[in-house]
Parts: sequence; structure tokens; C-alpha cells
Amino acid sequence: MFDTADTTAEKFTQMFAAILLFAAVVGIILFIAGRFGGRRGDKIVAYSYLAPTLLMLLVGLVYPGVRTIYQSFFDAAGSAFIGMDNYKTIFTDSDQLTVLRNTVFWVVVTPFVATAVGLLYAILVDKAKMESFAKALVFLPMAISFVGASIIWKFVYEFRPDQGNVKQIGLLNQVLVWLGGSPQQWLVDSPLNTFLLIVVMIWIQAGFAMTVLSAAIKAIPDDIIEAARLDGVGPWGMFRFVTLPAIRPAVVVVLTTIGIGTLKVFDIVRTMTGGQFDTSVIANEFYSQSFRSDNQGLGSALAVLLFLLVIPIVAYNIRQIRSSEAL
Amino acid sequence: MFGQSNSPRFRSALAGTLGIGLVFGLAACGGSDDSDDDSNTAAQSIDCAQFSSFGDLKGKTVSVYTGIVTPEDKAYKDSYKPFEQCTGVTIKYEGDKAFETQILVRAKAGNPPDLAIVPQPGLLQQLVATGKAVEAPAEVAANVDKFWDKNWKEYATVNGKFYGAPSGASVKSLVWYSPSEFKDAGYTVPTTLDELKTLTDKMVADKKKPWCAGISSGEATGWPLTDWHEDMMLRLSGPETFDKWVKHEIPFNGPESTAALDAVGGYLKNPAYVNGGLGDVKSIATTTFQDAGLPILEGTCSLHRQASFYAANFPKGTKVAEDGDVFAFYLPGKTATDKPVLGGGEFNVAFADRPEVKAFQTYLSTDTWANIKAKASQGWVSANKKIDPNNLSNPIDKLAATILLDPNTVFRFDGSDQMPAAVGSNAYWKQTTSWITGQDTKVTVDNIEKAWPK
Amino acid sequence: MTTVTPVTTTPPLTPDKPNAAAVAKKKLTSPWASLAALVIAVLWTLPTFGLLVSSFRPERAIKTTGWWTFFSDPTFTMDNYKAVLDAESGAGLGSFFVNSLVITIPSVLIPLCLAALAAYAFAWIKFPGRNILFLIIFALQIVPLQVTLIPLLTLYVDAGLANTFWTIWISHAIFGLPLAIYLLHNFMREIPATLLEAARVDGAGHVSIFFRVLLPLLRPALAAFGIFQFLWVWNDLLVALTFAGGGDAVAPITVALANLSGTRGTAWHLLSAGAFVSILVPVTIFLLLQRYFVRGLLAGSVKG
Repeated sequence: MFDTADTTAEKFTQMFAAILLFAAVVGIILFIAGRFGGRRGDKIVAYSYLAPTLLMLLVGLVYPGVRTIYQSFFDAAGSAFIGMDNYKTIFTDSDQLTVLRNTVFWVVVTPFVATAVGLLYAILVDKAKMESFAKALVFLPMAISFVGASIIWKFVYEFRPDQGNVKQIGLLNQVLVWLGGSPQQWLVDSPLNTFLLIVVMIWIQAGFAMTVLSAAIKAIPDDIIEAARLDGVGPWGMFRFVTLPAIRPAVVVVLTTIGIGTLKVFDIVRTMTGGQFDTSVIANEFYSQSFRSDNQGLGSALAVLLFLLVIPIVAYNIRQIRSSEAL
Repeated sequence: MFGQSNSPRFRSALAGTLGIGLVFGLAACGGSDDSDDDSNTAAQSIDCAQFSSFGDLKGKTVSVYTGIVTPEDKAYKDSYKPFEQCTGVTIKYEGDKAFETQILVRAKAGNPPDLAIVPQPGLLQQLVATGKAVEAPAEVAANVDKFWDKNWKEYATVNGKFYGAPSGASVKSLVWYSPSEFKDAGYTVPTTLDELKTLTDKMVADKKKPWCAGISSGEATGWPLTDWHEDMMLRLSGPETFDKWVKHEIPFNGPESTAALDAVGGYLKNPAYVNGGLGDVKSIATTTFQDAGLPILEGTCSLHRQASFYAANFPKGTKVAEDGDVFAFYLPGKTATDKPVLGGGEFNVAFADRPEVKAFQTYLSTDTWANIKAKASQGWVSANKKIDPNNLSNPIDKLAATILLDPNTVFRFDGSDQMPAAVGSNAYWKQTTSWITGQDTKVTVDNIEKAWPK
Repeated sequence: MTTVTPVTTTPPLTPDKPNAAAVAKKKLTSPWASLAALVIAVLWTLPTFGLLVSSFRPERAIKTTGWWTFFSDPTFTMDNYKAVLDAESGAGLGSFFVNSLVITIPSVLIPLCLAALAAYAFAWIKFPGRNILFLIIFALQIVPLQVTLIPLLTLYVDAGLANTFWTIWISHAIFGLPLAIYLLHNFMREIPATLLEAARVDGAGHVSIFFRVLLPLLRPALAAFGIFQFLWVWNDLLVALTFAGGGDAVAPITVALANLSGTRGTAWHLLSAGAFVSILVPVTIFLLLQRYFVRGLLAGSVKG
């Protein structure tokens, strides 16, 4: 059962065995939890519900995370303790500073633009003919892997020289040529190239924002809207004072999820520019330092920095949870 | 079993059966279950006598992990077949484009394959540093002494211990051109660097953009420039200085290295010379290395410096031959008698010392295997001295083999592949890429020097 | 025990009455609104469409002319798809397809169930350490996958699980949990407390509340997260590359596709066809589950 499965039948058998085994574990947990009724058993119920999750996270994420923090204070080979030197490198080395700058661009631009586009589109197609088809179009990029999306966009930015009978094969340059311009090498000039890469991420994430926000909009109770309308609130006011406050929790969820996803993204940068031409971001730099440059210490420090960057997002979410609990 | 592996009897058996002058009139092998329809592989008729020294390995499995994927993997698998059929062992081949990072992860985590085909000495050193790589058996070392130039053994030697026989080899010092264009315009293949320059200027006078280049290659973007630089370094300063430079016994930003990069700049940063059919100087940065030589076929570019393996990038139907659509000439040395060659290659590194793994490793270090492999593949050569050029079916492989086997050739392994990873697969690529998009030569070499691990 | 009547209070969709969005839309007078929607739809579809067209063009045409020339000078071929699907000469995606399915199903089910239980505990049970535990799990979303590869693989090797599906199932479950818990917790908090209180007054325990009150309400939210996790696992390359390690026996379709372009090639023509083969399944699943999906997140933000 724990061997490598070779035939299709064996594979599916193993899969069902795994699901059954897992179901049995959950069954035992529920059985234990079921024996403790009432408020007294709350603690036991809670911990037994959490037990498998906590165990898996402890082994699979916390332990490697702590190990990474530890390693970030060591040199490239992981043998000599060098204190904060890796962090000093990140904040003084000019290459690394570019990486930080780019990461800021990504994190500031992506979540907000993706959310704004998603929200706008959700409002525009709301109740339109073929609404679900229209939504599926924008959601489609979500179903494509990051690498697939990068390939698609390489075709958009592709450059061919403006000479002889050479034809453009990139859409963006062809449009430029049609408009009478000359083709550009989009991915070379910094910082424009970083924004062009961000476009790819926005393209992927807008569908997520659109779907979630559209659902939130539809859930706003009608009586609120009715009441506002009777008060003579105009369309813009309706958006500003009724829609937006009502979907606020959904907006926070969307911004948070996209924000964290953006911090972690490295496939797009790696596939499209390989981090060249000043386009690298922390996640990509972490990958190349750890797995290509053989610099475990600096790679770990970059991972820790990524972890630190998410703290503001966590803090903001705590405030949201607190304030909604106060209501 | 393989118990006798260390006995003198075994060694002499190897030398006898697998040594010099094995021909391919291989008689039928015992097993008749093979229904392989491929006529150019040696799988159809095998003389198992020569494999008897490996003993009976029935039921054993050896896993091989490599970065070599479709379509090149087929020739590898085919070349293993005689060994599998005669010894009964099963070879499990796994090709993975992410090999270079994954092999380190697997080795560090204690899950390495039995054998890995490692394309860089630098990576080999990293693998040895994980403590999981196993020293090559004496038989392999003996074969390598016999069949390869001594340089090759050094590339796979770490701290005095030898880790694996070379597998394939490639010649990087080649310039691709169109034979018909040369004929029509009356160009001749240059034999010195000066002649190359003269030829280039002549082409410019003929209103051509002579050179095309492209260095984009995903996260490895920049490597074709490092090859250019190393080729110039090897030619302008000689192999001894080149070795010192690779080992960092002389600084990366010294006068030799700077002069070599400027020499590259003389070609690639000269707007009159580049980038034929691909744009301006900057377009070198964004053109993928795979596409960079294709303008030769369109007639928009005349010269493209790239390794022998580039042959695979020409579309199906292109005739790669001295009288075909496209071919390559040796990038000349400073003088006509200088024959420095920059090249690359792979090494078979083992992570287990089970008898079947040792036997397989030994098989791969023989000229038997090299010739079987040569017959089975396109676009593959080995630096094994006993490789028979007649087994190489395509002209570019023959050319590469001729260069590799020429006694006047001074072969040097790609320098960036031997440098520490922080330089060889990071700063060197990155800085030369910045250089081609406008960064000054001095800043470039200084930055690479700075990145060298202390 | 008293039976708790399953209450389905998913807010009804009211397609007839104008809602907030409709009112806001009026501001952007109709033709302009339609135009803007059209522009976004085109921008979001065109790049993919270009790749789709490319996947039917011959290799040489892809390399020398833009995909739009297809309409003025159509050259059509199925060669790219043949090369991708053919088991003999191409990648033979069939067995990899099976692997992808076998990998994906448990990798979605396991974190879904575990996260539902955990989210319930965080949302509706008071216990010491609740807030701090939740925050830690939330923050764990950011741990880069790559830092976990070596430690996890070492553990799998020690446990004798290396090169089996188990490593991939467990890993995906672990990596999916933090986001799943965050999303499901957010959803659960929005369920009116009165519903649960009523059940409690009737004497229902946590298990029965979970199954009889919450699960019916949760179904759409689970479908929603299920799709995200499905997309993530189906499109994953890194986890599979590291843990699958057993060659063709366990490698999913993404690994096969990544190797399609050859040792040193780019092979646009194969990549474009391969990309479409691989997105077929996620897009179909999305379209099938879209109803659930929308309702799931809709119910998730009831309160506002």
C-alpha cells in the first residue's frame, strides 16, 4: 500500500485506500469529539478537531520555517555563524535593493489593481445577458498555471526587429506597428519591465477578485438598497455608501489572498525574464540564491524577509476580525 | 554476482572484452523477447559474451536521473539495452529538465538516484559536498585513464577522489554559417582570429549584418555570452592562464579577463556587426539562444557562434552538412597552429555502491558503450578516444569528434561550469547580460569578482 | 437528542429587483458600461485565444508570423496535438493524466475536510490559545514552499514513503491547509450565531451541529475552496518534481509538459498544444462547479 504503484488499477486502488484511511482518521476524531457534549468538553473537542491540522502544519511548515530562520544567520555553506550579515547584504547590496524595490511595486500594485478591475467588471456584467459566460472569460486565466500564463504573455511581448521582411509575432508590438510606431523590446527596460510582468499577475488574479466580489454584491440585502433609494441616494453614493461598506469583508479577503499570492510569486519572473534586467523579486531571488547560487544563508534570509513582510497583512486582518467581533 | 569486481581477473576480463577494438558484428543475444523495431540501434543483435564479466544481475534495478529529456533520451535508453538484456538488470531512466536543482534537493534529503548524469564539474563538486556521492570503482578509473585525455579525469576529481566517467561531450568553439552563402560570395573559412575579423568586415562592406546572437535562456539567461568570453580568454591568454582564471588564482577583473570581454564586445557590441535578422545590440539580450542562429537560414545573418548541440535547433528538413543549408567551422585560434577548444560534457556520478550500480557505471565508461551510443544518436559525441567516427551518422557530430580527437587540440572544459555556483551560475550570467544591454566592461568584471565567494 | 432541522438560509438570489451593483451601473450609462466590459473581456481573452490559434499552426509559421495572420493566410495542422498526445514519439500524456487525477483527488479532499474541522473549532468553540493559533496558521501561508522541500523529503525518505503518491498527497494537504482554514473560517464566522445557539439549546453536540447545521451551509464554500485547491494541485510542478521522483510511475501531466520542449529547445508549438491539453480539465471543472462556487462565496459574505 505504501509502495510505488505501477498500473492504473493499482494507482486508483492506492488512492481509494488513502481516502478510506483518511476517512477513518476523521471518523475517530469525530467519535472522540462526540463523547464530549456540552460546554465542558469544548476544549477537548476543539483540540481534537485541530489535532491533525496542527500536527501536519508543525511538521510540514513550522519546522522547516524555524530551520530557515536558523539558517539565515549562517554563511553560504551553512557552516559558520555570521549573525546578521545576510540581512545586511539584502539591505545594502545594490542588486538586492533592486529586488526589494521590485517587490514593493508588485505588492502595492497587484492586489489593488486586480481587485479594482475585478470589482469594476463584476459591477459591469452584473445582470447582463450571458453574465456567467462573461465571467467565465475573465476567470479563465485562473485555470492556467503560472508557467502557462507566462508562455501566453511571452507571445504578447515578443519582439522582432524592424527590418526587411521580418514580421512581428508579438501582439503588443504588432499593434504598435499598426499604429505606426516601431517595435520595442518590452522586457529589457527597467522599471517598465517589472510593470509588464505585474500585468500578467493581475491578468491571472482579476478573475478571482471578480468572482468573490460579484458574489458579495449579490448578497447585499435588498431592503438596504431599497431604503437607500427611497432616501434619494444617487448611483455613485449607492456604490460609495452602500455597496462598498457591505462588501468590505469580501474586499479584505480578496486583497489579503492576492497580496500573499503576489509575495510568493516567482514562476512568472523566472519564466519570462529569469530575473534579469532588474526584474527579480524576493521570492525569485530566494529561489536562485538557495537552489542555483548555492548560497543557503542568503536564500534563507530572503525567505525570512518574505515572512516578515506578511506581518502587516496579518495585523490588518486581526484588526478586521476584532472590529467585526465587536459589532 | 559482482563479487569478483575487485579481482584482477575481472579487470583483465574488462580490458579484454570491452577494451580496444571492439567491433560491432555482435551476434545474437540469448533473449528473444525484444521486439525493438529500431534498426539503427545495437539492440537487435548482441554478443553477450562481452558482458559476461558483469555477472548475472537478474532482478536488480539501477535508477538513472538526468537532465536529458525527449527526444535525446531515446538514444540513451537504447544504448542501455544490450547491457540490460545480457545481464538481466533493469535500468530505470528518469529525464527531468529541472535536474540541476532537483538533484541537489534529492541528494541533500537522502533520496538520490543510483546514478546521475551530471553536466557540470561545479555541480559534481556540490554533489560530492552533500556526502552522498560515491567514489567511482577502480575499473572505471582504469577505463578513464585509458580512453580519455587526462584533463577529463581531473574535472571529475574532488579532493583527490575520482567520481565518475565522462559521458557525452560537446564542442563549443564553433561558428555556424551557410556554406552556399560562402560559396556565392566567395568567402573562405578563416583560420586565425585576424582572418575572422577581416571576413566580418568584408561582410559589412557587402552591406550585411554578419553576426547574430541571442542569450535568453530562462533563469540561465546570459550563458552564451560567458561561452564567448571564455573562448576569447582561451585564445588571447592561452590555456594555462585560462586554468588559473577559472580556479581564481588570478582575479576575474584582471587585465586578461578584461581584454577578453572587450574582444567579445568588439563583435557583439558593435552595431555594424550585430544583430543580423534580430534587431540591434540590445536584442541579443532578449533573443532566445535557440532562435539566435536561425536567421542564417533566412539569409539575414552570416555567422553565429554556438556549440555543436545547436544542430538540433534547426527546423526539420534543414540539411546540416558541409554542402548543406548550414554548417559550422572551428572558431579559429590566434594563429593557425593554435587549436584551443572550449567544450562541455557530462559525468556519470553514482550514489550507491551496489554491485549492479558499479557494473553499470563500468559499462558506461567503456568504448563499447560509447560506440553503441554513438550509433544510436544524432547530435552526440564523446571525448572517448576509441570512438569510431564512422559510427557518427551526421556531419556535425563527425566534425566535433574530429576536433575532439585531434592530437593538436588543447581542450578546456567550460569555465563557468567549474566556477563556484555563486559566480558560474549566477553573477557571471547576470553581469554579462547587463553588459550587453549597456553596462561598462570594467563594472562588469568588477562585479563578478566581487561575487566570488570568499 | 432532538433533531435539528436543517436550516438552509442561503440568501435567495433576487434576479428581478435591482440591486446595488445595478444601481451603481446606471451611473456609467449603459453603452459606456457595455464598452468597458467588452474591453476588459477582450483584454482577458485575447492572449489565451492567440495561444489557442498558435497551437493549430505549423512550427515554422509560429516562429515567423503572428497568430493573427492565421485569419488572412490560414495554415492549419493537428501535428502539435499529435506530437503531444502520441505515446510513441511524443509525451504520451495518457498515463500522466491518470497520475494527475490520482494525485489531485486526495490532495483536494484531505485538506478540505481537515480545514473544515479546524475552521469550525476556530470559529465556534472557545478554547485557550484560539486567537494566537489562528494567527500563526494564517501567517504560515507565506512560508515559501521551497524551504520545506529538503526537510520534508528527508522525513519521507526516513518513513520509507519516498517516490510514492503518499508524499505528494501529504505535501499538498499541508500546503493547502493555511489558506483553506483562513477562507473557511471567514465564511463560518458569517453564519448567524443564533442558528448555532438554537441547536445547542436543543442539546446538540459539536459533532451534530457540525454535520446538521453547518455542513449544508458549508457545501458551497467547500466547493469554492475545492476548486482553488484543485487548480493549484493540478497546475503544480514544484511539489510533483521534488516528491514524485519515481519517473513516469507517479509524475503528473505538468512534469511531462515541462519536459516536452526537449533538452535544449523551446518548442513553442508543442508547449501551446500541451498547455491546452492541460487546461482542459480545470476549465471544465470550473464551468461545471461555477454555480456552487458563486453561491459559496456569496454565502460567505452574508453579513457585511
